[in-house]
Amino acid sequence: MSRMAATRDGYGDALLALADNPKVVVLEADLGKSTKSLHFRKAHPDRTVSCGIGEQNMLLVGAGLASSGYIPFASTFAIFTERAFEQMRNGVARPNLAVHVCGSHGGTHTGTDGSSAQSIEDLAIYRTLPNVVVMHPCDDVSTKALTMQLPELGSPSYMRTARNKTPVLYDGRENEIKIGKGVELIEGKDVAIIACGVLVHEAIAAAKTLEEAGVSATVVDMHTIKPLDGDLIESLAERCGAVVTAEDHSIIGGLGGAVAEHLISTRPVPMERIGVQDRFGESAGAEEMLEMMGLKSHHIVEAANRVIARKA
Amino acid sequence: MTHRAQAGHPGGSLSEIDILCALYGRRLRVQTNNPKWEDRDRFILSKGHASPGMYAVLAEMGFISHADLESYRVKGGVCQGHVDMKWCPGVDFSAGSLGMGLSFGMGCAVAARIDGSSRNSYVMIGDGEMQEGSIWEAAMSAVHHELGNLKLFVDCNGIQNDDFCEVQMRMFDIPAKWNSFGWAVKVIDGHNMNEIVGAIEWMDTISDRPAVVIANTVKGKGVSFMENNPAFHGAAPSDEQLLQALSELGVNA
Repeated sequence: MSRMAATRDGYGDALLALADNPKVVVLEADLGKSTKSLHFRKAHPDRTVSCGIGEQNMLLVGAGLASSGYIPFASTFAIFTERAFEQMRNGVARPNLAVHVCGSHGGTHTGTDGSSAQSIEDLAIYRTLPNVVVMHPCDDVSTKALTMQLPELGSPSYMRTARNKTPVLYDGRENEIKIGKGVELIEGKDVAIIACGVLVHEAIAAAKTLEEAGVSATVVDMHTIKPLDGDLIESLAERCGAVVTAEDHSIIGGLGGAVAEHLISTRPVPMERIGVQDRFGESAGAEEMLEMMGLKSHHIVEAANRVIARKA
Repeated sequence: MTHRAQAGHPGGSLSEIDILCALYGRRLRVQTNNPKWEDRDRFILSKGHASPGMYAVLAEMGFISHADLESYRVKGGVCQGHVDMKWCPGVDFSAGSLGMGLSFGMGCAVAARIDGSSRNSYVMIGDGEMQEGSIWEAAMSAVHHELGNLKLFVDCNGIQNDDFCEVQMRMFDIPAKWNSFGWAVKVIDGHNMNEIVGAIEWMDTISDRPAVVIANTVKGKGVSFMENNPAFHGAAPSDEQLLQALSELGVNA
């Protein structure tokens, strides 16, 4: 069994590693223990700003710092970043100030806290904002690798991390992770499964099941939802002729929406979207939530078989 | 500007203008030939709809030309409807959504502190703007961080978009609110130049916490038919009204 870790730990490690850059500052909204910015705070209290339980203020303090030459990293739960959406829109994205927002505990996989904590719309709403890069990595190594690239980005970003541990895929493969570039984890020819975050692991399991049934599936970790790796998606559509997207997020507007929007104007192929079916979650364990929401590997297998059957 | 555009916000521009003139003329450390000078004082007009007032001052200072004022609300113009740092030299914040500027100014103040710079971060909000909850997030946070380099003006003209503040949302004892949050508070007549200059100098003496000057002002100050008239929050004068206004203000049309 591979090593298990939570993506939020990769974020915390990255902040600490970035601290050598004196322009890096960290903003917290009373959830540093959860988002893992606490390691930076303990080591560099002089460059950490506690904003209390006040997300709207936090994002704009970040904007002010960014306008003054600093590189602010602001984190809270994914769901609470949404409270400051208009601050993100008008105060950060519009003037293109490079504030880097991390929303932890995203998705229904967050589990027993219940629906109020399970953001299932964050990727969709931030994707609509000009200038904003949107990411949702699947393991701690790729989370750290992406976070380490943010100081050079020069534009704002939103990254969703997850609360619970998942298998680590990229130990020793950090160099493969580049913002805006999907990673082809399994190469197949019959169907392309494009996943992000927690569901990358479900997609890998689905591909193994499909292989046993004689179906050759590609699995891509699309850790960056915006800018979308359109070249890769088009090549997958051409090679496989069928696409399944998989995300712990509403089927409306997230990775599935982004891929569909891209393919409809480039290389339309039969497509299915695995995601939360326009409903809210509830309290349950992480694995129970994936099952209840239709996000497990067997759901992906069923979607793959459906989409293959639709091929001309 | 508002007459040419037949849109915009003259009332709040006239209520703020005396403070802006004093601040830019007497205190703000800026370089008109280098508007992005890193160690400049910041001025954040959070009530960004009152942009004509600020554009007029920026033109007098030399950040923009007087010809630029004709670009107010015009396609491609530096004078966007609401002040915008991406469009207009000398503008430090892209405003237009109330309740945001104080937090942004706090970020600038934190940056100055980390830099070890003595530069200040000045913010202006309106009284109606205090109805936005995020103002109070910033008010609490700035005191917690003891930001003596953060200076706030509240342009209390008593009128907001739809009606008088007293009708829309009573705010009761405004100085008491800021006092209770821990700010250093001073109340002035926002059209008395001696009081304004004195208040700016008073702000310089406060270094251990943020300071707020609550300026009692008159919306539409100086133009009889605009003064204290909610109709001129967001309405442009007609041709006749423009001539009368310029005459009352002592401007040769």
